[in-house]
Amino acid sequence: MIGFVLFFAWLGFGGDYIWALSSTHHPFPWIGIMLTAVAIVTAWYAYKTGPEKVLWATGAHELTDPQTDAEHQVVNVVEEMAIAAGVPRPRIWIVPDDDPNAFATGHDPRDSHIAVTQGLLRICNRDELQAVIGHELGHVKNLDVRLMTTLAALVGAVLLVRDGMGRMMGRGRLGRDSGRRVKDAGPLVAILLALWVISWIIAPLVTQLLAFAVSRRREYLADDMSAQFTRNPLALASALEKIESAGAPTESIKRGAAHLCIADPLGRRLTNHEGWLADTFATHPPMGMRISRLKGMGYAQLKKEGGSFTSSALG
Amino acid sequence: MWVLLILVGIVGLWVVTAYNGLISLKNQTVNAFKQIDVQLKRRHDLIPNLVDAVKGAMDFERSTLEAVIQARNQAVKVNASGPEGVKQISQAENALSGALSRLLVTVERYPDLKATGNIGQLQEELTSTENRIAFARQLYNDTATQYNTKQQQFPTTLVAGLAHAERTDLWEIEDQAERAVPQVDLSRR
Repeated sequence: MIGFVLFFAWLGFGGDYIWALSSTHHPFPWIGIMLTAVAIVTAWYAYKTGPEKVLWATGAHELTDPQTDAEHQVVNVVEEMAIAAGVPRPRIWIVPDDDPNAFATGHDPRDSHIAVTQGLLRICNRDELQAVIGHELGHVKNLDVRLMTTLAALVGAVLLVRDGMGRMMGRGRLGRDSGRRVKDAGPLVAILLALWVISWIIAPLVTQLLAFAVSRRREYLADDMSAQFTRNPLALASALEKIESAGAPTESIKRGAAHLCIADPLGRRLTNHEGWLADTFATHPPMGMRISRLKGMGYAQLKKEGGSFTSSALG
Repeated sequence: MWVLLILVGIVGLWVVTAYNGLISLKNQTVNAFKQIDVQLKRRHDLIPNLVDAVKGAMDFERSTLEAVIQARNQAVKVNASGPEGVKQISQAENALSGALSRLLVTVERYPDLKATGNIGQLQEELTSTENRIAFARQLYNDTATQYNTKQQQFPTTLVAGLAHAERTDLWEIEDQAERAVPQVDLSRR
């Protein structure tokens, strides 16, 4: 967040500095002030309205008054997991989509939302649902939701600002003769200018890559948290298997919110590969890796408890 | 001279941080314990309603229902609180858990009973209630373990006395017979 604002300040004031060096009459750093202001406003706006926007974009409706057995169950399960995580109960949303998926959003544990698709309620049994909700509450407890929701909004904002600035410059304010003056001003300015231009080009890419990297590491952590809450990693493993085999892309979840979900909603092939490309661009770690990690945990636990595994649920 | 002052400053800062960490964990432990209380109270309030709802359908299992009610009344009577009363409370509550899980198993044994709406709901509510208590207990045990470990570990143990940190009991299933009851029932399922 702060990094985002600083980055924009660099883009703005850096531009002013170069401008001031290259021409004689531009002492006032208005681009810097303007861009910094834009960055602060965007960041603040993204932070404030992020959760609403994400929920609105998926077409979710809030579950306030449970009617059917499945709805009662989901409310119960969320309340149970909130107790296990030691956080207040999040608000529950249902996404009318037949593909199994779930995501969490919000600012902090006191103001969080968990959304599940109807498909998830249909194919998961109670233990599996519990594990999935545990995973999402892991995100809530780690404050991932704030980070990831804000990132989702910022990726969009950076693209917007860059395009706007690009158009302004294209109109030739930094035209021919300023280029010559830069050359006259010495190599330092040239290097600065080059750095500055490169920053502009890679800004959206960096934000996006950041979102990816954060998201992938956080998925493993949330899997671990789910196992810690339910003490039943095998349930999450089987839930992930079911979600994966359902396979179809979750249509109601758009690209911007992809890194919030428990499984990549776009059904991208990339997610299931290892290697440099997947490491850089996928929002989720490979499903196979996650499942085998959880199974490893589960069997270690079984071994330790000498087979009396199921009794821990009621014990 | 300056070096000494800086050293004292660093030590002082560490003492404050360690002290505050211990106090925060202590309060978290107390809070986690209160959460168990809240869930137990919820269960006490819920049971009479649940039993009323299925009385008609389960007339033939009167003794199971009565055992639940009795265990519930016993548990309500226990008048201990705070982490000191852990042993007393847990004994009564474990008895109630045993009675409830027997009820759950009984319900499982009559498949056509489950078809009636009430019973399906009863099952869900009972499972959820038991889970809530189990999870509240798990959170308490996790937090208390963290607190106990922290106050015994080396550097922090030096300020443990200052923060009045004392070992807290974990919530355990004491009685061997009670520990066995739910397991036997579950294996039959």
